[in-house]
Amino acid sequence: MAAPTASGGDIISDLPVLTRKDFVSNQEVRWCPGCGDYSILAQMQKMLPDLKVPREKIVFISGIGCSSRFPYYVESYGFHSIHGRALTLATGLKSARPDLSVFVVTGDGDGLSIGGNHLLHAMRRNIDLNVVLFNNRIYGLTKGQYSPTSEFGKVTKSSPYGTTEKPLNPIRVALAAGATFVARSIDRDTKHLEETLFKAAQHKGISFVEVYQNCNIFNDGAYAAFTDKEVRQDRMVYLESGKPVRFGKNMEHGIRLNGFTPEVVMNAASDDGLLVHDAATDNITLANILVGMDYPEFPVPVGIFRDVAAPTFDQLLQKQVDDAMAKGAGKFEDVLYSGETWTVS
Amino acid sequence: MVSRPMTTESPVRPERAVEELDRVTIRFAGDSGDGMQLTGTQFTKTTAVFGNDLATLPDYPAEIRAPTGSLPGVSGFQLSFASTDIRTPGDQPDVLVAMNPAAVRTNVNDLREGGLLIVDEDEFNASNLKKAGYPSNPLEDGSLARWQVVRVPITHHNELALDGLPLNAAQKFKSRNFYALGLILWLYGRSMDTTIRWAEERFGRMPEQLDANVRALKAGYNFGETTELFRTRYEVPPAEVEPGTYRHISGNEATALGFLAASIKAGIPLFYASYPITPASDVLHELSKLRNFGVKTVQAEDEIAAIGAAIGAAYGGHMALTGTSGPGLALKSEALNLAVMTELPLVVIDVQRAGPSTGMPTKTEQADLLQAMYGRNGDSPVAIVAPATPSECFTMAVEAYRIALKYMVPVIYLSDGYLGNGSEPWRIPSLSDLPDVTYRYHTDPATFSPYRRDPETLARPWAVPGTKGLEHRIGGIEKSSETGDIDYDPGNHHRMTMFRKERVERIVNDLPPLEVSGPATGDVLVLGWGGTYGAITTAAERARRRGLSVSSAHLRYLNPFPGNLETVLRSFKKVLIPELNTGQLSLLIRGKFLIDAVPFNKIAGQPFKIAEIEGKIDEVLGLSGPYELQFGPASVLGG
Repeated sequence: MAAPTASGGDIISDLPVLTRKDFVSNQEVRWCPGCGDYSILAQMQKMLPDLKVPREKIVFISGIGCSSRFPYYVESYGFHSIHGRALTLATGLKSARPDLSVFVVTGDGDGLSIGGNHLLHAMRRNIDLNVVLFNNRIYGLTKGQYSPTSEFGKVTKSSPYGTTEKPLNPIRVALAAGATFVARSIDRDTKHLEETLFKAAQHKGISFVEVYQNCNIFNDGAYAAFTDKEVRQDRMVYLESGKPVRFGKNMEHGIRLNGFTPEVVMNAASDDGLLVHDAATDNITLANILVGMDYPEFPVPVGIFRDVAAPTFDQLLQKQVDDAMAKGAGKFEDVLYSGETWTVS
Repeated sequence: MVSRPMTTESPVRPERAVEELDRVTIRFAGDSGDGMQLTGTQFTKTTAVFGNDLATLPDYPAEIRAPTGSLPGVSGFQLSFASTDIRTPGDQPDVLVAMNPAAVRTNVNDLREGGLLIVDEDEFNASNLKKAGYPSNPLEDGSLARWQVVRVPITHHNELALDGLPLNAAQKFKSRNFYALGLILWLYGRSMDTTIRWAEERFGRMPEQLDANVRALKAGYNFGETTELFRTRYEVPPAEVEPGTYRHISGNEATALGFLAASIKAGIPLFYASYPITPASDVLHELSKLRNFGVKTVQAEDEIAAIGAAIGAAYGGHMALTGTSGPGLALKSEALNLAVMTELPLVVIDVQRAGPSTGMPTKTEQADLLQAMYGRNGDSPVAIVAPATPSECFTMAVEAYRIALKYMVPVIYLSDGYLGNGSEPWRIPSLSDLPDVTYRYHTDPATFSPYRRDPETLARPWAVPGTKGLEHRIGGIEKSSETGDIDYDPGNHHRMTMFRKERVERIVNDLPPLEVSGPATGDVLVLGWGGTYGAITTAAERARRRGLSVSSAHLRYLNPFPGNLETVLRSFKKVLIPELNTGQLSLLIRGKFLIDAVPFNKIAGQPFKIAEIEGKIDEVLGLSGPYELQFGPASVLGG
């Protein structure tokens, strides 16, 4: 096999028809029984064949944490790296090999605490990676310490008196850092999760999906108050770009803005005056207002907050190489003999 | 390619006594805004083109602009040039060009007794004297009587030369360094051509500045020609060097070019991720220009991201490098271990600087050897190579990547600030002079297992994403030597640890033997590594000229050591190991061979002087009492 070109373009693969089971590895899945991670794995494996990307072109990279065991369970190329650094490896891999489809699986500790810096920079660069952040608001692998998304005052093993620090909102971080695709879904809504993962993977540029994921051992029921099937429709709002923001069993309620403050409109007969979601706008103000809504004052928004097109880091870098090569591939002698030279005979 | 016979650089002979010298060491010192690095570099280029052998030591303050005229703001550039082969920028300057009182104060004690001190007398005003801490004017009070002081009204002459140009006083002041350069070019019989050609390129779009600098240069040159201040001018004839085409090169440039050469030899595109850090940033600057060679560079958000990106690129089948200095290597250590565990080909460049912590960023040291060797959790061997001279940075870069690829192993390339910023003439090699750099991607699913090893090298297969049928998982968790799956089996961990160790040890089969300079047996072997090569080799040579039984040897491979090292060591009664650290190679040699090596350690942020090593040799031979390093008063360049 020839060396990959800078674009990796000469690694040729056929496009077989793949199914979910083609993405199931031979490794025994070792998450705790009942963990929300199982659902995320299943929806990912269901979604991957729809991308029509050859399996060998798909790479899963993770850091450390429960979520980061993910690559072992997907039959593709996988790299289980070190705590917080998955995005750095993914950045190097995608920069060198734009032909690959690269997924990064991380958690609230891995992605927002130890790896927080890399998340910011991957987003501002708009490198074409698919980041999925499993947010269970707890450190599971280390057995139950609070995480950067744990609620203020939360009592955990490392905070027996309650935490004294406020949580980060991952969506807000993503919006602020300039991510071009920002979405949230939940482990328990398998259909929504699969769709969201699919749309994220199809986005060119960085995609960031926060998944509300239940840790049934160390933080069970963290999201149950609004994700339980019986209450979900009244306590969550599914965002759809171009449509009024409505929720309720019969979509009877809505959200409107009073200045910059959202308000719930119970039984809004007409769409008039209701907030219309727009994920495609460059302005992040609206998305920021929406993500500020939280239970119990508001229904919790899920769906795509932002989806805009922008040049990607990997393409721009590749273009610099291609443009420079088009002007004439470098000759080593020219570099060697640059500057003043002299000959001794 | 510019190739001109050397005769065109010969100046018109003036009507004045000409003294022929073998070697001259000049130091330019001034305020960091005075352009001393530029002056030094230009004189170096001219001297290189003239055909002298030379070595340089740029030295600048960490503060980009310390207060004008202050002691911390002094910047210096030293070069030594000779008609013979030389290896160091000189122990003591013969000439000091000082642009202000602070430059005199911080440098004059390094100047050879009786040496030439050229000062800009216009700058010796009350304000500058006060900033330099002089209670009275040293030009007047006799305190500089040990040196030949030449007072030149540089500022005033420069103003006159620039009269009529549409520049303000501050802009005109900036040309003073060209005046000083012109004067020194005259003093050593050098032509102004190289500098004028450079200025035309550099200032082509700024005609006033070009005009100002050329006028100042010529004014300085002509002042030397006409003034009675200098009774003699000096000539250092060209050195006898190997035939070939030469250029002037710094260690960091050579490092970048060497890795480019390795990329071309291997036929793999180069990927470099780095976070800016002194003194390694030049490697990033050089490589980032090379997009037309398919080179991709990423300025990462931090040191960890830089090595992470390099690991990602190595995983993707690219030639992956990251570069840093000591503090950055510390930050990279966890990720470097990931490369150890996943057995990917990667080179980490460490241009060492004085530590610990931030230390002295612009000063040299070679104190990262043990960090490179052991600074990671677990048993985690990596290969280590170290160039000995600025131009050798080129060949050792090729070596580093050749080893990384063949053995699927991370390699640390230990350069240092002295090598990286130092420069020398370099006989330009051709690609065919270099060893082959070969690799193979694994493609056959039938024979694939992530840790199935090559029986000769113990390298695991390089299975690059995109290759059909080789989908697999790797990572930092211990893996089964058989299947590549996660494995906590006690026997497996023991086996994998020994594989990782032995794989690095087997590199010895690929290394050239250690060469001894001087007789192969004798009383003392002076053993060194890295940038101390020039001082060590020259000191041992001088000792032999004095009839002493002293040889020297210089290690370019620090892990593993060359296979004949023990034999070499045991061929001498004593082994002396000079290092710019507290004894790191000494510790390794003593630990590995149980040889009672004598450490000689200097931790001053400055290279060894030849005389220091000679002094220690005399002590080891019992010819003198205990040798003590002498540290003079605070100086820019001297130790």
